[in-house]
Parts: sequence; structure tokens; C-alpha cells
Amino acid sequence: MTVMEQRGAYRPAPPPAWQLRTDPEPLLPDAAPYRVLGTEAAASADPQLLLRLHAELVRGRRYNTQATALTKQGRLAVYPSSTGQEACEIGAALALEERDWLFPSYRDTLAAVARGLDPVRALTLLRGDWHTGYDPREHRIAPLCTPLATQLPHAVGLAHAARLKGDDVVALAMVGDGGTSEGDFHEALNFAAVWRAPVVFLVQNNGFAISVPLAKQTAAPSLAHKAVGYGMPGRLVDGNDAVAVHQVLSEAVRHAREGGGPTLVEAVTYRLEAHTNADDATRYRQDDEVEAWRDHDPVLLVERELTARGLLDEDRAATVRENAEAMAADLRERMNQDPELDPMDLFTHVYAEQTSQLREQAAQLRAELDAETESDGAGR
Amino acid sequence: MTTVAVKPATMGQALGRALRDAMADDPTVHVMGEDVGTLGGVFRVTDGLAAEFGDDRCTDTPLAEAGILGTAVGMAMYGLRPVVEMQFDAFAYPAFEQLISHVARMRNRTKGAMPMPLTIRVPYGGGIGGVEHHSDSSEAYYMATPGLHVVTPATVADAYGLLRAAIASDDPVVFLEPKRLYWSKAEWNPDTPETVEPIGRAVVRRTGRSASLITYGPSVPVCLEAAEAARAEGWDLEVVDLRSLVPFDDETVAASVRRTGRAVVVHEASSFGGPGGEIAARITERCFHHLEAPVLRVAGLDIPYPPPMLERHHLPGVDRILDAVARLQWEARS
Ligand SMILES: Cc1ncc(C[n+]2csc(CCOP(=O)(O)OP(=O)(O)O)c2C)c(N)n1
Repeated sequence: MTVMEQRGAYRPAPPPAWQLRTDPEPLLPDAAPYRVLGTEAAASADPQLLLRLHAELVRGRRYNTQATALTKQGRLAVYPSSTGQEACEIGAALALEERDWLFPSYRDTLAAVARGLDPVRALTLLRGDWHTGYDPREHRIAPLCTPLATQLPHAVGLAHAARLKGDDVVALAMVGDGGTSEGDFHEALNFAAVWRAPVVFLVQNNGFAISVPLAKQTAAPSLAHKAVGYGMPGRLVDGNDAVAVHQVLSEAVRHAREGGGPTLVEAVTYRLEAHTNADDATRYRQDDEVEAWRDHDPVLLVERELTARGLLDEDRAATVRENAEAMAADLRERMNQDPELDPMDLFTHVYAEQTSQLREQAAQLRAELDAETESDGAGR
Repeated sequence: MTTVAVKPATMGQALGRALRDAMADDPTVHVMGEDVGTLGGVFRVTDGLAAEFGDDRCTDTPLAEAGILGTAVGMAMYGLRPVVEMQFDAFAYPAFEQLISHVARMRNRTKGAMPMPLTIRVPYGGGIGGVEHHSDSSEAYYMATPGLHVVTPATVADAYGLLRAAIASDDPVVFLEPKRLYWSKAEWNPDTPETVEPIGRAVVRRTGRSASLITYGPSVPVCLEAAEAARAEGWDLEVVDLRSLVPFDDETVAASVRRTGRAVVVHEASSFGGPGGEIAARITERCFHHLEAPVLRVAGLDIPYPPPMLERHHLPGVDRILDAVARLQWEARS
């Protein structure tokens, strides 16, 4: 029989590589963002958690308005406000245990502060006195990251290293919708899934990357859908619903801690302020869109639930406001003091030991500084 | 412990031995990259490491250079000492953002709180007939980035010593491995491997009186050969092997040029904007009154790395070095 004659009967088994993975775990996100507040499920939300989230949201909102005010006074070079997104910042940060790590982007100061970082030290990057104003190991918060998505592989590596050491540490990596287009986003998710690293990726989809809307950023049905291609679950959550964010993140963190690997969570939210104080949002969006989102304000959503359940009377609300005011006053006062800077620090932290090239340049700067002091003295 | 007698070893073997010894001495040392596990790396430098230490310590990663270096940053944040292999010089470019934006400046960004003790091994340079994207000399890019150390061995003993020093360093080290020297051999006893002085010291490979050849990595053997050939013309050339481009050993270089009064910088990387310009300027600043002639450069041409059949026209060889030496005449006396 020739090969041609065999053809009809020839039905080879597919090679093993053709067999697709069919894990029981569902990877596709639900069609609509998961919500709790404003639904029947809200009734079962723990009152203590609601009160805690409320206090943090009010404080977070106040932090945002205070920091924005500080830019107007020239105390901060720039501030990317997270007004409107506080539920993502806080719901996510509170889902972490103390031993876990946070990998924030430049917009995620609130998440860092909610983890206990001193509000002033969280702002040094934006004030300009040093890039990172804290020891990342102290609160387990990586430096606020300015290049988009580059902190995501760091989160994967850290979580992987922790697991190799036998520590049940989870890393939470935060990124914006625009950041999901970067190559590092892809590489981080792929590494995390292959290594089954205990990482949770949180995309805050706030509608815009500076001026570019999501539709010009991606053709994917949702950003959470991207998880499927990597072999990790994708979850979609209402990013203005602090309870929903907290629940979904807590579940993803638990899943990671128990060895289940990474999850990609997309929180759908909205950036009520411009990209930063230096940006003009009227060029790329309509007021009525902003107004519609104001109605879905994360602080309001929690307040409505608390009030409906009789958990928030005027006294309690006043105390929350006063605490937030005290934080703002303290922030204002400390930010209005000039930071003490030592120019010689410029040479101290480049290498473990200064090179002879740096020693020469340090000596030159020292001489310049001494000359300045002398001429100041002579002028007096 | 059994004693292994001194026998010829290649630079590739010495590098592998350095990785093995570092991993055995320090459980936080992790090797990672493309094909470094089962295959032992495309140059077999990591051969046997996965078998000896397991694939958690010597890891075949997904094929993504930014991902490899980016995850290594996170691992270093958690107290490990990753040693990353970039498969070839030109394939390290996707990782440049991680290298420049994070690896090089993490210590600085965090005011010293978060050092980056990682080593990035990059097989580099030409002369092995590699096809496009397999022969770049990328050292100038690394040198231009504060926060990185940049080293490159030229001998079997240095390959071992420098790599051990790089892995032990609390700063990130870009470790450039001259591809065409992987198979170079020397009598070498892996039981008593030599360490090197702290990273940043150059070494005089050959003393001479009439001019200094300042060079490093793959060009060191070429310069030594040129120095031998120059004897016939009455030139007694000194050859300085920099070993470390960052930090730069101004002292050893300047001392050599002050002795000889003449200098030629030799490297494979392109001349324009290349390491030679920086080195020549440093020599001029320090040795102007000792110089009998301008500092000259013999370097790769200012072209994208050529196809293999033409690479010999690009790479600085003995003749070009001797031509440069001749141009140093200026009534030069040997
Ligand atoms: C690699 C990189 N490219 C460009 C920029 C400039 N940039 C800063 S923020 C931004 C938009 C980011 O949008 P998104 O990821 O949605 O985050 P958001 O600011 O909305 O939180 C751009 C383009 C950058 N920081 N990093």
C-alpha cells in the first residue's frame, strides 16, 4: 500500500503537546464587576470592617485634598491624586497581613499610608528631597514606582524568594490601566503564573492613562480577561466599593498564601481629579461623565450603607472627620517645614563603597559648599 | 578533599567553577536565566549546577530578559543574591529598563536601605563568527549608568576571581564575559583558585618602557601579541589589563602612562562615544605633561556589528595596533 492509499485510514493520535490544560479552576472573570454595597449582600458585611473602611476612606480623601493643596503652595512638585479611587487603595491595602509586601505605583501613596507609612515620608518622592523617604523593609512597602509596570516583576521575584525561604508572604502589585500595555506587565504575569508565585496583581482601571481612554489602550473585553492567557484567574470588581475590593483582594491573597498562585484583579473605578495637578482634564473628558461617577463616590457608598444600618450617627461621623482633619493639619504643618538636606548624601548611596571617581567629585562639591558658607559669612 | 592537579582549564570552566563555589558557600546565591538548568547554558558555563543544587537554585526561566532581571530585583529585595545570565550581549537590551531604572539605582533611591547584590553575566563581543545580534560590545551603555560595576576578565584565573568578587559584592555587577575567550586555556588548579583584589584594580600584564596599551577583555591577548610583534621594531610595550571599567583604576593607568609617556587605548566596541574616549580623556587630564604624543584609540569601526565574514575588518587586530604605535613616533625613543 502506498502512502497515498493509506491516507483515508491514517488518523494519528495528536502529539502530547496538543493537549490543552483544562484546570477545574475558573479563569475567566464574571461578566460584570463584583459588588457588595447597594446590593443585598451588603447586609452581611461586618460592621467593624465597614466602620474601619469608612474612617480610612474619609482620611484618604482628606489626604488627597491636602496633598493637592500643598502642590498649589509649591510644597510638592506634583501630586497624582487618587480621589475617587480610595476604595481600591484602602480595600486592597487592608487585605494584606503585616508580613506581606506592597508594590505601589506613583499614584498609590494612600495604600502605603493605610499600611502605616508616615504620611510625610510617603511624599518625599513628590516633594523632591529624596526619591524614597523610607526603608522599604520597615513597612514592607517597595519604593513608589514611577516607570510604568516595572515594579510588577519585582513583586513576583520577592514573592518567589519568600516562598523559596518557606515564608508565607504574599506580594500585592498595583498598576494602572495604561500600565497593562507595558511589556513588564506581561512578563510579570507570565513569570508569576509559571512559578505559581504568591502574588496578587491589582489593576486600578480608572478610565484614563493621562488622557488616553481605555478603548485606545486595549481591545481586550476587560483587563481581567488578560489573566486567562497566563493561566491565572482574572477577577473583576467594582473599584468604588471598598467592601467588594476588600473581599476580592482578601480571597486572592488567601489563595496565593495557600499555594494557589497569582490572581489578576481589575478594579473598575474612576479618576475624579486630573492625572496630576499639572494636567488639564477638560481636554479629554466631559463633565457629565465625571458627575455620573461622583454619584458612585466610594465614600458615599460606605456612608449610605452605614447610615441605613444605623451604624453612623452624627457624633461618630464628626469624630471620623476630626481625625482626618488632625491628620491633614499635621501633614500641612510638617510639610511646611523645609526638609534638612545634606548635599554630600549625593555621593553616599551610589555604591557600597565610594569609587575614587566619586571621592574626587565629593571633594570638589565639599570645596564649593565651603566657599559658599565663607561668602555667606563675609556678606553678613 | 581530593586534590586536583594543575591542568589546563578553559575560561568557561573557571566561570562555572566560580558559580559552583559561590553557591556552595552561600545558600542565598541563585543562578537564573534562559537554558541555564538542564542544558547548562548555551556556553555550558552553568553545566551541572541544576543537578547539584536543584532547579530552585539554578532556574530555567521563561524567555524574557526584562522578566528575568525584574524578578531578580525582587529576589534581591528579599535577601537573595541572584546571578542572572543574559544569553548574548544583544539580547540583554530588553532588560535595560530594569537595569537602568531599578538595578543601578535601588540603593540610591532608598538612601542605602535597599542594596542590589546581583550579578548580571553577559557573554559579549565578537570574533566567534556569530550571526547578527550575537557579537555586540555593549560596555559603553553599562559604563554610562552610575550605580553599576562593570568588569570583564581576560584570563582564566581572573575569570574565577572576578566572578567570585562580583557575586560577593553588595552592589550590582555587570559581568562581561568575552565570548571568544571562553575556550582559552591556562594551567589552573580549581582547588586553589586565586581571588582578585577588590573589584576596580587594573593589572599590568606586561611591562614595557616605550608606550602603554590600555585594554581589557577580549583585546588583552591581541595587545600582548602586538607587544611581542612590536619588539622587532624596537618598541617595548606595556600592556595594562583594566579588568574593571567601573570603578576605573586611574592610578594604575596613569602610573603606566607616566612611565612610558605614550598610550593607545584598545577595545572592540565602536570608537565614537565608546569607552576609549573616556579613558583617553582621563589619561590626558592626569598625564598631560608626561605625554610625548596624543592618546590614540584603536577600536571597532563606528558601524553596527558586521556580518561574520567581514568581522575581521571591524575588530582591532595586531596590525592596527602596530600602526597606531607607529603614529606615536613623534621622535619617540624606545
Ligand atoms: C514607562 C513609562 N512611560 C511613560 C510614563 C509617563 N506616564 C506617567 S503616568 C502615565 C499614564 C499612566 O496611566 P495608568 O497606567 O492608567 O495609571 P494612572 O496614572 O491612571 O493611575 C504615563 C504615560 C511613565 N511614567 N513610564
